[in-house]
Amino acid sequence: MSTAFTAFRALVRKDIALFVRDRRALVVSVLTPIAVAAFFGSLFGGTGSGGSPISRMPVGITDLDNSALTQAVVESLTQDESLDVQMLPEAQARQLVKSGKLRATMVFPAGFETAATGALVGLGKMPDIQLLYDPSQSIVRPMVAGLLTQHVMQRISRPNFIGGTRPAPFNLVDTAVTTGPRYNSYAHSFAGMSIQFILFMGIDAGITLLLMRQEGLWRRLRAAPLSRGVLVGSRAVATMLISMLILTVVYLVACLAFGVRIAGSVPGFIMIAAAFSLLAATTGLMISALGRSVGATRGVAIFSVLVLVMLGGAWVPSFLFPEWLQHVTEFVPTRWAVDGLDAMTWRGLPLQSALAPTAILIGWSVLFASIAVWRFSWEDG
Amino acid sequence: MQLVADRLHKKFGAITAVAGVSFAATPGEVLGLLGPNGAGKSTIISMLSGLTKPDMGAVQIDGRPLGTGADPGKQCIGLVTQEITLLEDLPARMNLEFFGGLYGLSGHKLAARIAAVLELTSLSDRAGDAPKEFSGGMRRRLNIACALLHEPHILLLDEPTVGVDPQSRNAIFETIEVLAGEGRTLIYTTHYMEEVERLCDRVVIIDHGKVLADDSLSGLLASAPVANKLTLRYDLPPDRAALTEITGLPGVIQVDLAGTQLSVSAADLGTAAPRVLERLAARGFSCQELTSRRANLEDVFLALTGRTLRDA
Ligand SMILES: Nc1ncnc2c1ncn2[C@@H]1O[C@H](COP(=O)(O)OP(=O)(O)O)[C@@H](O)[C@H]1O
Ligand SMILES: [Mg+2]
Repeated sequence: MSTAFTAFRALVRKDIALFVRDRRALVVSVLTPIAVAAFFGSLFGGTGSGGSPISRMPVGITDLDNSALTQAVVESLTQDESLDVQMLPEAQARQLVKSGKLRATMVFPAGFETAATGALVGLGKMPDIQLLYDPSQSIVRPMVAGLLTQHVMQRISRPNFIGGTRPAPFNLVDTAVTTGPRYNSYAHSFAGMSIQFILFMGIDAGITLLLMRQEGLWRRLRAAPLSRGVLVGSRAVATMLISMLILTVVYLVACLAFGVRIAGSVPGFIMIAAAFSLLAATTGLMISALGRSVGATRGVAIFSVLVLVMLGGAWVPSFLFPEWLQHVTEFVPTRWAVDGLDAMTWRGLPLQSALAPTAILIGWSVLFASIAVWRFSWEDG
Repeated sequence: MQLVADRLHKKFGAITAVAGVSFAATPGEVLGLLGPNGAGKSTIISMLSGLTKPDMGAVQIDGRPLGTGADPGKQCIGLVTQEITLLEDLPARMNLEFFGGLYGLSGHKLAARIAAVLELTSLSDRAGDAPKEFSGGMRRRLNIACALLHEPHILLLDEPTVGVDPQSRNAIFETIEVLAGEGRTLIYTTHYMEEVERLCDRVVIIDHGKVLADDSLSGLLASAPVANKLTLRYDLPPDRAALTEITGLPGVIQVDLAGTQLSVSAADLGTAAPRVLERLAARGFSCQELTSRRANLEDVFLALTGRTLRDA
């Protein structure tokens, strides 16, 4: 066995021994992500096996027509399980939307039935339905508009309004679609939280190295006949192994206690986990190379990780982001990590789908490592 | 193995830490690097151990220049840094496994070496405890043990007794003597002249990054202009004629009178003391009290720099 290899192994072993012996690090890196992921997972729908009901969207209706048709439509909307309908005067409904208590409200104008049935057979002008919505949630307008159209069309095509000749042209049979067994919001929250806390661990590893460089131990290590590659590379490999260890434990708990399944490719999952672990390790190296004072470095690093994790969709799934943000975040490595882990777990996608996230995570790691090597100061002082 | 420092220079920004230091250390010998804080001792040790590249000059081991980084020449050097560099939370044995591993030791060889250095530093019974539970002296001993695992031919010790109780200090000295007896080359830095006098065969005095003296201990002591000192107290102060006479005695360098106390500096106390006593007795002065002191390195340093080691 070569001296360099033995030394490399001793260095890696030392880092892992220090991590495993550090109770606080273990708690922060392993228990916290499990706890937070369990919380977020239960919040966003649990295991998806029909456990908790979907929360209904509160909407208001103002009926100024009070006709048989509008009453039928209101009744139909009230029965829709995605809506929580309240009948309100227009001014009050508008106020409630403004204050965020209602997502949207709609106003049927007086003479709606007459105008609508007329327009349907080509007579007269089409009536307007006013839709007032809360712009803070992008999904609201299309959703309410769609439901409204659906219910109005269902009712108006019944015999008592236009002569019973036209049934609805289709029935909508909807099923939640994933190739995996079932959507499991725990799968997503465990992906997001393990990524967040592993990046924190990476920061800590970087800061430890930064501290070590300011202390004698680093000089002592450099007295051994070892190249820079061995000294710094071993640090990165140790961080990477620790990250893999954390992912293993966290996902083991996720599988055993929260029904998360790797429904896609297991090799794909391991690939993404390894590539992300490399990213965490090189992030640490970059921090140790760029950082100056420990306090300031930690602050900046934690802030950056939180932003990256948020943009990566670890807190709120990225498919809920507005379109432009979804595009912007395609440059964010954490997004690829979260999406990649999602793909291999609840989405149940094949190995092929792991290739792009893996490649992109490795690409970012190479960039971070290059910055670290470029900026790392080796001499004293 | 012979270790040579050849005109070493090192600057840190505007500060010149080492300005042209040369000396050679030979096997079986403890070479003392003596100098006040900030003299440049640790910087010299850094260059000798291949940690820091000299701005100018070179370090040679048996004539081969020593590099930094992965230079295999570093394998024959053991470094005991001034700061304690242990993994405080890991048991002593794991510390030793780690530092042995850094030099390529593993398996049975490593286990045997660990047992040997624990024995040498009298830490065998505490191998399972972490250094954070150790006394200052034990930590220092473990710090030294970590540098001995790979059986280095050259051992560099940078102030290894700072913060150590007298008992541990003696234990460390004994360890160093054993190592020198095995034919290793040792360099020992300190700002305590007593340590150098006790341990070292040769002394290099460093101040402001320069070598002020490089000689055997006895050579240095003999070279001190204020060599050996005899202090005599009389009931009556000796008169001028008596002073003139003893000042003129062979071997006497300097005579000072303060009240009834007479100080006589001499090259060799053995020959000067009886003469001084005899001349003064002949003149009727009777000696009440007599003390003598050999010159020490403090006197040498004072003569070289005009400062004492402690004030420097
Ligand atoms: N890394 C460094 N950066 C800047 N100055 C340094 C550094 N190391 C040592 N010095 C300076 O070089 C001089 C010699 O220091 P050092 O070699 O530590 O002396 P000693 O070990 O004899 O106390 C001092 O003035 C010290 O401040
Ligand atoms: Mg020093």
